[in-house]
Amino acid sequence: MTSDTPGGDRSGGLLSRLRRARSTPRGKTRRRLGAAVRLLAALILAGGAYTVFAPGLQAQDTPKLTTAAQEGKSLFDTSCVSCHGRNAQGVEGRGPSLIGVGAASVEFQVGTGRMPLARQEAQAEAKPPVFSDDQTTQLSQYVQELGGGPQVPPGENLHSGGSIDEGGRLFRINCSSCHSFGGGGGALSSGKYAPDIKSASDRQIYAAMLTGPQNMPVFGDNQLRPEQKADIIAYVQQTLAEDRDPGGLNLGRLGPATEGIAIFLVGMVALIFAALWIAGKS
Amino acid sequence: MKRRRFDLAAVPGKAAREVDDRLQVNTPLRSLLNKVFPDHWSFLLGEIALFSFIVLLLTGVYLTLFFEPSLREVTYDGSFAPLRNTHMSAAYESSLNISFDIRGGLVMRQMHHWAALLFMASIIVHMMRIFFTGAFRKPRELNWMIGYLLFWVGFLAGFTGYSLPDDGLSGTGLRIASAIMLSIPVVGTWVTTAIFAGEFPGHIIISRFFIAHVLLIPGLLVALITVHLGLVFKQKHTQWPGPGRTNSNVVGERMFPRYALKQGGFFMIVFGVIALLGGLVQINPIWLFGPYEAGVVSAASQPDWYVMFLDGSTRLMPPWEINIPIGSGYVIPPLFWPTVVLPGILTMVPLFYPFIEARLNRDRELHNLLQRPRDVPGRTALGAMAVSFWLVLTLSGANDVIADKFFISLNAMTWAGRIGLIVVPPLAYYFTYRICLGLQQHDREVLAHGVETGIIRRLPDGRFVEVHQPLGQTDEHGHGELEYVGWVVPKKMNRLGALGPAIKGFFYPIEKPVEAPVSPGHPPVEPRAEREEIGSGGSR
Repeated sequence: MTSDTPGGDRSGGLLSRLRRARSTPRGKTRRRLGAAVRLLAALILAGGAYTVFAPGLQAQDTPKLTTAAQEGKSLFDTSCVSCHGRNAQGVEGRGPSLIGVGAASVEFQVGTGRMPLARQEAQAEAKPPVFSDDQTTQLSQYVQELGGGPQVPPGENLHSGGSIDEGGRLFRINCSSCHSFGGGGGALSSGKYAPDIKSASDRQIYAAMLTGPQNMPVFGDNQLRPEQKADIIAYVQQTLAEDRDPGGLNLGRLGPATEGIAIFLVGMVALIFAALWIAGKS
Repeated sequence: MKRRRFDLAAVPGKAAREVDDRLQVNTPLRSLLNKVFPDHWSFLLGEIALFSFIVLLLTGVYLTLFFEPSLREVTYDGSFAPLRNTHMSAAYESSLNISFDIRGGLVMRQMHHWAALLFMASIIVHMMRIFFTGAFRKPRELNWMIGYLLFWVGFLAGFTGYSLPDDGLSGTGLRIASAIMLSIPVVGTWVTTAIFAGEFPGHIIISRFFIAHVLLIPGLLVALITVHLGLVFKQKHTQWPGPGRTNSNVVGERMFPRYALKQGGFFMIVFGVIALLGGLVQINPIWLFGPYEAGVVSAASQPDWYVMFLDGSTRLMPPWEINIPIGSGYVIPPLFWPTVVLPGILTMVPLFYPFIEARLNRDRELHNLLQRPRDVPGRTALGAMAVSFWLVLTLSGANDVIADKFFISLNAMTWAGRIGLIVVPPLAYYFTYRICLGLQQHDREVLAHGVETGIIRRLPDGRFVEVHQPLGQTDEHGHGELEYVGWVVPKKMNRLGALGPAIKGFFYPIEKPVEAPVSPGHPPVEPRAEREEIGSGGSR
């Protein structure tokens, strides 16, 4: 094999010279000097490459940001950067990278007050939002332009044309195992939970399905098509969120747990008082 | 023609004589109508169960008229829009029709369900009354056993009824039931296959449960209730000890008219409470659960409260699987212990408790007088232990709802349940025992020293003592020699002289207490009646 013949003049260049140099013994001073020269050359090469490429990145990126995204970036750099890092690349152990999460994710997390986070815990809690709608849009725009990702379609009403019967079927298959049959939410392991969805807006539900915030799985457009999402939102908004309980007080729609409490606290207590009253009449 | 004189007052007597001439019911009816029942509010708890059972029968008949017990697949086309065009079983469709399209159907369904919950709740509370007062002792052991069986038959009635609508929740429950049956070693597979006629869910389970729910189980319930009440008649009701009440008599009211009127009124109240609940409070909204599909399960899927303790025991059970290397290997799943073994123990031990207690106490006497719970601290503490055990399990059965609504980690809830199941019952035993002893001691103290008057007297040497009102004759030390008779000891001044507040209305006292002087500067205008001086124990 040709590679088995080292030091051939054929190869020439640096490699052969190095090998030749190593094969002949040298003085200590010369060896040290050579090492220093090589280190210097490597540093110059690395530094040079950085100066060539790094400004290029900035120069390419900066003009791409629209005005709204610029505003969003300044908001980001004051409120989000401590956990999500510069340019939303994420900080190990504090916050994930936001490259590619899309405007939908920002709209949900910031719009419902989950972000900025109050503290690191099992799951971010919905709070009164810190940013106004305009600011949320600017932040979304910034994250969107940074790395792309899913976006919620425009408009406030995203369930027009959705069919509630199909939505109900999809809800029971996909959503009720965590959010419960009545949409009131439920517990997950280790302090995580699926929140109440009855008060959520169309856009929030859509964004949640699209991005899978917190512990929710992602229901991308290949799992639930946009029209199926509209069906689900229609079911949530027109059947669950409107508290039209034909049977009366719904007891929080928590199932037999609250019904059991009710029969003791209301039924039994009332009847024991009645028994006290009747037995006292003698 | 001369008109005959019509004497209206004589009509009932005449009619009764005519009836008696033919049927000869005079003598038995007289003794029946004159039968005496003791009166105490706690004796009415069992009646709640009886009356809610009557409501169950009435509403159940109405529901049966419209329910179709079939798993035939249909496409819903009723008035509940969110389920239209959905494929479902005929059972679920007819349940939806009862809820939305049949006049009075929803209120009947809800009343039926609330009455079922009330039936079981009142059985439990009634059983606790029987247990804590020792009413199960000889000669009434058999009635205790029948009552206890009534609970388990009611349990079956509830479970089969819960399964009938074939909605998502009941299907989930049925799936768990089939898993429980499968977990029984050796016979599990055969039992499941026999009940479901093949694999779960099969095509026949709803029809089978329907027959069990509307015919077999109610028949059994009616039979057991009849024997239960017959035995109460035959063995006579127990009564609290008190003046004139002995182990061999019954002091109370005649069955007719007072007792019958009271019971009739109480039935109306029970019916009214159930109707109010059925009309005002939604229960089991099957239209939100959707039809049962194996892949669909909702968060917060719980059984009704009387089954919840088994759900809790399942949730608390560690995943201990026993592998027996016989043949190609044999597995006893962890589900077997909390759902087959535990209910087995819970069925057998309480069933024979009257005999166990009698054996332990070497007690062969007949007991017709009740015991106050404080006077039998061991039994009371044991009961408290059982109740707390059950309570931990039941709360664990809903631990996901509690975790979610009170912001607790579900894992923490599970561990709290596991530790609580071991720690809480002994604590309940200890504290109940101590409380019983404390109450006993206070009774004895009042009998010996008298009632606390709230009057503090300062003695010449500067000491303060509270003046006590002795309940009877005292010796030279001011100590009474009254014996405890197993009934309430008066602890307040205005309850002296009677066993309870004498004249008291329901909302306000009928007899107003004498007004006290406003202040030392305004003495009462009229001189008060002469009173005996109040003694103060040994201080005089």
